[in-house]
Amino acid sequence: MNMQPLGTAAEETIMRAAAVQGRSLWIDARARLLKNRAAVVSMVILAIITLLAIFAPLLSPYPFDKVNFNLVSCSPDWWPDKMVLCNAGGAHWFGTDALGRDLFVRVLYGARVSLAVGLASTLVSLVIGVAYGAIAGFFGGRTDELMMRFVDVLYSLPYIFLVIILMVVFNRDIFLLFIAIGAVVWLTMARIVRGQTLSIKQKEFIEAARAAGVGQFAIIRRHIIPNVVGPVMVYVTLTIPAVIIAESFLSFLGLGVQEPLTSWGVLIHDGTDQMETAPWALIFPALFMAVTLFCFNFIGDGLRDALDPKDR
Amino acid sequence: MPAPILQIKDLDVRFTTNDGEVHAVRNVSLDVSAGECLGVVGESGSGKSQLFLAATGLLASNGRATGSVIFRNQELLGLPQVKLNRLRGSRITMIFQDPLTSLTPHMTIGAQVIEALRIHQRVPYGEAERRCIEILDLVRIPESRNRMTQYPHELSGGMRQRVTIAMATVCGPDLLIADEPTTALDVTVQAQILEIMRDLKKELKTSIVMISHDMGVIAGMADRVMVMRHGEIVESGPVDDIFYRPKNDYTKSLLDAMPRIDRPSRPGHIPLRPLEELSNAPKILEVEDLKVYFPVRTGAFPFTHSKTLRAVDGVDFELKQGETLGIVGESGCGKSTLARAVLKLLPKTEGVVVWCGRDIGSLRNNAVRKLRKDFQIVFQDPLASLDPRMTIGQSIAEPLTSLRPELSRDQVTAEVRAIMDRVGLDPAWINRYPHEFSGGQNQRVGIARAMILKPKLIICDEAVSGLDVSIQSQIVDLILKLQAEFGMSMIFISHDLSVVRQVAHRVMVLYLGRVVELADRNTIYEDPRHPYTRALISAVPIPDPKAERAKARIPLPNDLPSPLDSRAPLTFLKSKAIDDPAAEQYRPKLLEVTRGHFVAEYDQA
Repeated sequence: MNMQPLGTAAEETIMRAAAVQGRSLWIDARARLLKNRAAVVSMVILAIITLLAIFAPLLSPYPFDKVNFNLVSCSPDWWPDKMVLCNAGGAHWFGTDALGRDLFVRVLYGARVSLAVGLASTLVSLVIGVAYGAIAGFFGGRTDELMMRFVDVLYSLPYIFLVIILMVVFNRDIFLLFIAIGAVVWLTMARIVRGQTLSIKQKEFIEAARAAGVGQFAIIRRHIIPNVVGPVMVYVTLTIPAVIIAESFLSFLGLGVQEPLTSWGVLIHDGTDQMETAPWALIFPALFMAVTLFCFNFIGDGLRDALDPKDR
Repeated sequence: MPAPILQIKDLDVRFTTNDGEVHAVRNVSLDVSAGECLGVVGESGSGKSQLFLAATGLLASNGRATGSVIFRNQELLGLPQVKLNRLRGSRITMIFQDPLTSLTPHMTIGAQVIEALRIHQRVPYGEAERRCIEILDLVRIPESRNRMTQYPHELSGGMRQRVTIAMATVCGPDLLIADEPTTALDVTVQAQILEIMRDLKKELKTSIVMISHDMGVIAGMADRVMVMRHGEIVESGPVDDIFYRPKNDYTKSLLDAMPRIDRPSRPGHIPLRPLEELSNAPKILEVEDLKVYFPVRTGAFPFTHSKTLRAVDGVDFELKQGETLGIVGESGCGKSTLARAVLKLLPKTEGVVVWCGRDIGSLRNNAVRKLRKDFQIVFQDPLASLDPRMTIGQSIAEPLTSLRPELSRDQVTAEVRAIMDRVGLDPAWINRYPHEFSGGQNQRVGIARAMILKPKLIICDEAVSGLDVSIQSQIVDLILKLQAEFGMSMIFISHDLSVVRQVAHRVMVLYLGRVVELADRNTIYEDPRHPYTRALISAVPIPDPKAERAKARIPLPNDLPSPLDSRAPLTFLKSKAIDDPAAEQYRPKLLEVTRGHFVAEYDQA
């Protein structure tokens, strides 16, 4: 819509009355984001989960890997349908798993691993993807063609197959998991950044900067990167949940983290084995994971709307 | 006076937006009589489009309209969608600014015109086809029968707009609402479209509402004129009264701001420095045989096939210190490419660019960067040419920080504040962002950025084209004032010949990358020789109804041909053209007819 309701005179008075300090697009975006209730609630929930994941295992009396065969698959004390009764002393809030380990601590330990994988892999993809995409987009031409065809080739490899081979060849290792997933996710990041760079490169203000005598690298630093950050941030918030899902999927297949260390995927996998006898072992990790994924998606949506209000 | 077919009473339009309520149209009442053309003129945001969108029930979903709109004894406001649809497209039709987006890309134009007819009238297909051809002939689409099977993308902008006019008139509407129908078109095409609309009005007796920001277009079309501002009608009356005896101050200022091609300068505004004063000034820029070719690649990476687009094809000119050269031509004539090649923002293919006696054509990037402090550019779209994430202070300071790194931060700020004051911006706004300003203010920012290094040459690439007339006249005044103060040379590129007349000492007319005529500003407007220049000048609408009625229009043979066709530049010298689109063609010579007046060879008609 093409609405410019205020005439210049009226506009000028308003501008004079307003504070001298301008509102940057970031400030605008933050204000819009904070107005988005779903995104704000999501951020709060995510902050709580993160804090719990960091501190709760330290405060809990039960170590995450302490096996207790007296308390195998105990239900929480408040569980309405007491299938397996074992007087655990009331401190196992989420019950225990098949090896008698405290599920609350394990779910939060799983949160540590899942969130860490999510963040680390996204970070890997961010570094590689932004650099790769920006270079391809900015230099364009033959460089761009070659770099992007390479990405296309990698895209066409079935990544599960790739990860399975990696896992089989070099043992299961949490760092390998980070790298394996990150190595796949950066492809999309590179494409997004390249596309953004290409479109920003066409903008008149880049030409204006060249006409003003700004050097090539200063243009990338001062004009291109700040304008690419918005879409990249949105993509990052949407990549983290995708990576968490990928990790839990691999863990579910038994390719993820190794015992006694755990992740949400591993917990869900174990939970499904005893779904009928001890549903809490499935419900709690699944609930945490679902809530986390929802939160990230809401934040991503909120960011997208906040950064580009016209694009809704 | 015949009975009104459209009566609008107390129409009020409000929009609910995130930033609060916007009152777009305030209590507007008007009548449109049968067979008349009502011109609605106003600047952007005056509510002129929203008024008629509301009247036809096409408001955006966040808008509300109150009041009454009576079309042939039927109240339109609050009419159910089904009944409105029966009226729209048959009794009331609309033409919008952008002809490409108003046509469906996957349907042939014949199918679209026939659809427009068959939705509203039960006619057999053969009959519909016949009427479709008839109407396409009426809007002067050549070879209408063959054109019917073409898709919108195969047609030029002017042809597309003719198709939308055909669609709008095929049902024989009572009222045709044309919302800026020619704004996106070149002047020569605009003149043709307006001619067609005038004929339609005469032949079909359709009432027309012509919405435009251009007083010239209104002067040539309208019987009655309504001037709108801030959603209100400030003045309305017969066209001659509005133009010759305006009562309202806003109407007067609008007419005063309108540049006129038949007037060398506007009374009461800053005059251009006389050309005679410049006769002894040193030459600062000489361009010889400049060529910029682009390879146009088709096909995907390994199977590419390349053609050459000759955007600028052998242009020579020179510029003296303090002089302004106007470059005019229609879209695609290479004027912007020429400017960018001179500024070394684009690589040239061939030719010599001599800057202050030094050939800068073969300089490397770094050496060119140092030269940039002497030549700067102001762009067309003020908002797009400013980095949205930078404050205007940072944008203005950019040439300083990159080309004079020895300055301290305080010195830079002081310079920025000084130049902001010079271009009419409050220095207190230094930390604001472009999106907080209006178009005119942003263009002042663009000018401040170009002026901060006190360059010897400024290129204004359509620098005032996107602005409303009143703002445009302020910016033109500012540019002239700065030139008087700093004495820089300018290259003023514009498709608007009237503006160029006010600011340029000499004018160069480009056609498909070549110069067709070059002369000082009075000569070229009063004694144009080349048929292209003459067509171009006669096509410019003059905000003067009597002059518009009396004007003889010189039509161009056809639309701008494809620049990939090597015969295209020889449109006016067909006798020398070789009939092969890929052949190397004859190059028309520039002949000096009188001192300083160069005209390219052309066929005498």
